[in-house]
Amino acid sequence: MRTVIGLASGLLFGAGLAVSGMLDPVRVRGFLDLFGVWDPTLAFVMGGAMIPMAIAWLVQRRMAAPVADADFHLPDTNPITPRLLGGSALFGIGWGLGGLCPGPALAAFAINPAAAAVFTAAMAVGFAIVWALDRPPVHA
Amino acid sequence: MPDYAMPVQGLIGGLMIGTAAAIMLLGAGRIAGVSGMAARAIGLGGGAPRTLALAFIIGLPLGAALVAWLAGPILSRFPMSMAMLAVAGLIVGIGTRLGSGCTSGHGVCGMSRLSKRSIVATCTFMATGFATVAIVNAVGGGW
Repeated sequence: MRTVIGLASGLLFGAGLAVSGMLDPVRVRGFLDLFGVWDPTLAFVMGGAMIPMAIAWLVQRRMAAPVADADFHLPDTNPITPRLLGGSALFGIGWGLGGLCPGPALAAFAINPAAAAVFTAAMAVGFAIVWALDRPPVHA
Repeated sequence: MPDYAMPVQGLIGGLMIGTAAAIMLLGAGRIAGVSGMAARAIGLGGGAPRTLALAFIIGLPLGAALVAWLAGPILSRFPMSMAMLAVAGLIVGIGTRLGSGCTSGHGVCGMSRLSKRSIVATCTFMATGFATVAIVNAVGGGW
């Protein structure tokens, strides 16, 4: 059941990215090019995505548990840490350099697999670096 | 509205993305954050059950392929050098894991939840994204 939910969510998410033009790094970069030839499309995508999610959060408050799990597993909403700020700042730099964030990079495998693979492989190395740094050292 | 903008497609695609995230939240009780799910799927992160993360991540290109099949070619231009693309991917990988999320987890799911963390994170990556493109353009490194 959970796998079906994951697949359905991923399918619709990827389809939405394709419909909205977000698989095109030139368009995404156009949104970030505030002082150049600005392309507002991404703002409509974010705004559109927030409508069903805002409703979902209202529904979530009235549910004791999700459909296919015993509990909701939700992150904290409060602590603003240097790690959060630094990480987000870095992410924005990479987003600006490549015109890609993780969702479009993975969905773009369907359209432009070679380029998507370059970005995604490098991104996985980034994941691995943080994962390795976060693991407590093993004492012999 | 400039003629190259796609407000209608953007809004429709956005509604689809938001509905996808709502399915994940109400169905599996998790945040549909792509960076977290991707790391989890390849064993470089904790959180969601691995099969859930894998199914979600595999769904992304399948959904895009479905749209391409039904609606025709999808534009996906990569005019930058492969070196710049790789550097961008590496920075995105490190940044999203340190910052606990990206455009989907913080931007869509967290902002709509009015999460303070996510609002601050989104404003931060938007700001450095704008600044990066402006600086890269100014020094002639744009593409």
